[in-house]
Amino acid sequence: MAITVILPAVLARLADGNKELSADGATVGAVVESLSQRYPSLATRIRDDAGQPYPFVVYYLNDEDIRLAGGFASIVKDGDEVTLVPAIAGG
Amino acid sequence: MTIATTTGQRPELAPNGLPQLDSDEALRYSRHLLLDEVGVDGQRRIKNARVLLIGAGGLGSPSALYLAAAGVGTLGLVDFDVVDATNLQRQILHGTADVGRAKTDSARDRIHEVNPHVHLEAFNTRFDTGNALEILRDFDIVVDGTDNFATRYLTNDAAVLLGKPNAFGCIFRFEGQASVFGAPNGPCYRCLFREPPPAGLVPNCAEAGVLGVLPGLVGTIQAIETLKLILGVGDPLIGRLLLIETLGMTFRSIAVRRDPTCPACGDAAFGGGTIRSLDDRPADYNEVVCAVPGSVMDGDAPAIREITATELADRISRGHDFDLVDVREPAEWAIARIEGARLVPLATVRHASDDWDRSREVVLYCKAGVRSMNAARQLLEKGFTRVTNVSGGIVSWTRDVDPSLQRY
Repeated sequence: MAITVILPAVLARLADGNKELSADGATVGAVVESLSQRYPSLATRIRDDAGQPYPFVVYYLNDEDIRLAGGFASIVKDGDEVTLVPAIAGG
Repeated sequence: MTIATTTGQRPELAPNGLPQLDSDEALRYSRHLLLDEVGVDGQRRIKNARVLLIGAGGLGSPSALYLAAAGVGTLGLVDFDVVDATNLQRQILHGTADVGRAKTDSARDRIHEVNPHVHLEAFNTRFDTGNALEILRDFDIVVDGTDNFATRYLTNDAAVLLGKPNAFGCIFRFEGQASVFGAPNGPCYRCLFREPPPAGLVPNCAEAGVLGVLPGLVGTIQAIETLKLILGVGDPLIGRLLLIETLGMTFRSIAVRRDPTCPACGDAAFGGGTIRSLDDRPADYNEVVCAVPGSVMDGDAPAIREITATELADRISRGHDFDLVDVREPAEWAIARIEGARLVPLATVRHASDDWDRSREVVLYCKAGVRSMNAARQLLEKGFTRVTNVSGGIVSWTRDVDPSLQRY
């Protein structure tokens, strides 16, 4: 299943500069794991050592915060879009 | 008691609770008076408003200038910093002649020039847990223009405790985020991001580059949201996070829900609302994460050793045997570097170090010492035993050892 993943520039730099990626997986967590395998330096920035989401990176599945659905266990289907929103602090 | 230096007269209230506009002001604000959504009453509400800006930097500059020009009666400004040459690329409150002055002094002069009707309360101090509530209490709205996570979480928590809306904005490189947090029934910053990242995981403060115009865009959005809140018009960014990406020039807003379990604004019935005073916050939030952390390991485990730039120079001149690794980005490396170092950007350290000799000493530096501390932790986790961090990074090196290097 092809899921589109949208990365902000701060994370895209760790994925060979790709702001939009295609990844496979049946759940958001599986998609994240597949990305983590592909881009090891991205992995530590998008999920913790236990494979769970950080409290400072929010995942949106088609505009809906996955914390309101099933978190990383949220089911994704072909054509879904996952957007990563990390906390940034610059001013 | 935190002392503010004040400039200008506080607006005097008319019997209906809003200050009058004199004829100079009516002329000055005529393009507002022509708008149905503002008009004379709206302009009087703007004059009656008290807005606190945390930070007179990249975001605070455009916010302060536009809110002053728009006629906000009382502007508060908190900043402990002095104007540095590297600020001028984006912090348009300050000019070339202001380098070395307190930002609050420089801002006062500029704001007075833009609009002498504004009453300015300048707090030349760091916004911290000791003064946050006292400073914010007398204002209606806070504009978060800080440059680090510790102050952002403090601003959020103080605003929630006092029930003040927060016109939020933040920037990184070419991207920004904006929202309104802490409005009645709306989410707060912790509903979105429960906790800050650990120091070093995300570049902070002076370490990250930023396109100079970007804070102009985001700070101006914060100023617009502030005026909308004052006037009660339109749809403020309550419950929405605006994502701004300027390379592709896309704007997108995503929903942010209030979280009943949120430690700041949540409900006791759901285990939220546990932060009932600023003292209830974890201690690490009180530290400014820009600061270089001290030793991070205790006990008998291998520890990260910290040396100063001067000590590093001494060890190089004595021919000590170690690998000097620069964990900054290639663009920074191109500006200035310490002779003999090799470049391994932070994001690549974990994997690049796979084939390094774990028994050999590795000395790490970055710009100010935060990223290199993060790299040092990673090396310790991988079993390196002799890991040294240069505190203060190349900034200290340039100041104390080799002033000929280009500052940035």
